[in-house]
Amino acid sequence: MAKTWDEINARIASGEAVVMTAEEFSAVAADEGISKAAKRVDVVTTGTFGPMCSSGVVLNFGHSDPPIRIGEITLNDVEAYGGLAAVDTYLGVTQPSRTKGIEYGGAHVIEDLLRGKSVRLRAYSAGTDCYPRTEIDTWVTLEDLNQAYIFNPRNAYQNYAVAVNSGDQAIHTYLGTLLPRFGNATYCSAGALSPLLNDPTYRTIGVGSRIFVAGAPGYVAWEGTQHNPNQTRDENGVPVAPAGTLAVIADLKQASPAFFSAATFTGYGTSAFVGIGVPIPVLDEEIAATLALTDADISATVIDYGVARRSRPLLGRVTYAQLRSGEIEVEGKTVPTGPISSLKQARRIATELKSWITEKGFTLQEPLQLLPQIGSQSVKPLEIRTGEVN
Amino acid sequence: MPRKRFDLAFPPNQATKPITYHLVKDFDLTPNILRAQIQPGQEGRMLLEITGPKESFDAGIAFLEAEGITVSPAATDIRLDEDVCVLCGLCTAVCRPGALVMDAAGDLIFDKDKCVYCEACVIACPRRAVTLSF
Repeated sequence: MAKTWDEINARIASGEAVVMTAEEFSAVAADEGISKAAKRVDVVTTGTFGPMCSSGVVLNFGHSDPPIRIGEITLNDVEAYGGLAAVDTYLGVTQPSRTKGIEYGGAHVIEDLLRGKSVRLRAYSAGTDCYPRTEIDTWVTLEDLNQAYIFNPRNAYQNYAVAVNSGDQAIHTYLGTLLPRFGNATYCSAGALSPLLNDPTYRTIGVGSRIFVAGAPGYVAWEGTQHNPNQTRDENGVPVAPAGTLAVIADLKQASPAFFSAATFTGYGTSAFVGIGVPIPVLDEEIAATLALTDADISATVIDYGVARRSRPLLGRVTYAQLRSGEIEVEGKTVPTGPISSLKQARRIATELKSWITEKGFTLQEPLQLLPQIGSQSVKPLEIRTGEVN
Repeated sequence: MPRKRFDLAFPPNQATKPITYHLVKDFDLTPNILRAQIQPGQEGRMLLEITGPKESFDAGIAFLEAEGITVSPAATDIRLDEDVCVLCGLCTAVCRPGALVMDAAGDLIFDKDKCVYCEACVIACPRRAVTLSF
């Protein structure tokens, strides 16, 4: 017995919808069986809160008098992009400060804006007849800006690597400090709560999906960069390594610093923890089956970051239940594990999204366009050529 | 045999005296310096783990105090700013003694007795939420 998007939205509108987080749904499915759970539950909410480097904000400052056509721009000494229209910019989370380096980057500027703090805007221009000003030095707050919206080209990675280091030296990576000789293993996924792991074949999550972005209602804008539906999958059709991704958009003014947190990875750089939550309609038993998967059913691939090449050695698969137990076996050795993606925050996001649906009537949007499906594309490498392509 | 950790504060004029030598030689104690910040002419700090027989222990501490060193139990040196922490758990990945672990609820558990003040968590924390107060 299948349900339609319209039926589910009508139940949300009338306050009758049964909504559960992915963890709650797994428990119900284990208890009552997939078929019963699929009938009884309308929507399952997911959540993830990990560092997502491909994130940033579009800002419009309004015009000064006399006006300036910004060519070079910094916010609290962090460079933003000067190649848009006069007073538009894009600030990426990984951009380091010119004075504080990676201890303060684009992500920190965004978090400061979200916290209502003033940010120093300095910009330079060659000056034109219509934009005569050549320099500006002022302070702005989020409230002052005309538009401020999050536009993240790659978020919510569907699964991720488990990182280890076979080398003799500790290395600093975007997956944290990896201790030598398999001294530790780090991993970065919300596992059974992760949005795209709950809809592994992108049936319900697509362009136009209404989602939770850093505390604000937002949308899936497009496939994320490096979206790879062709990744290796297990018997449930779930990828066992990084696969699908989402580009997301939302109003920064409605976002919350509770769900957007700047981060500095020592020896690597600046990034931001971004909270993403996606509601998934329980249309039928097929989607219910993947929504019911637990951390014990979902695996990730162990990768040796001690080898600094594009293709690093793969050292087997482990489940998220094993990773969460605190240790895994790698090459016959017991290796302690540590997460990077916050489980507590992922749960908080899934619960918050659930309350949006049950208490605020947040309805679901059927994709206006599906994400690239399995078989359509994979990720291409960048080849180093010595001349133009003929 | 008792083993305890102490936070030693040296007055500026005492910062160059070889106290660990005296603890070993005169009191039969085994001092283990976990962390130290000692500059001539400035107030110095040392995190010292001492192992030894009970009677020598008390005498050794008395010696340190007689030398003008302020000896206090090392218990509150490491601080986690819970308003800043996002409970990512990355600190647990670098904590070799297992003093920092995540529980099933996703909360961070810190067992001070296991901490060796190596600072790995301070460096690893992407939120810079862990600080040593000395």
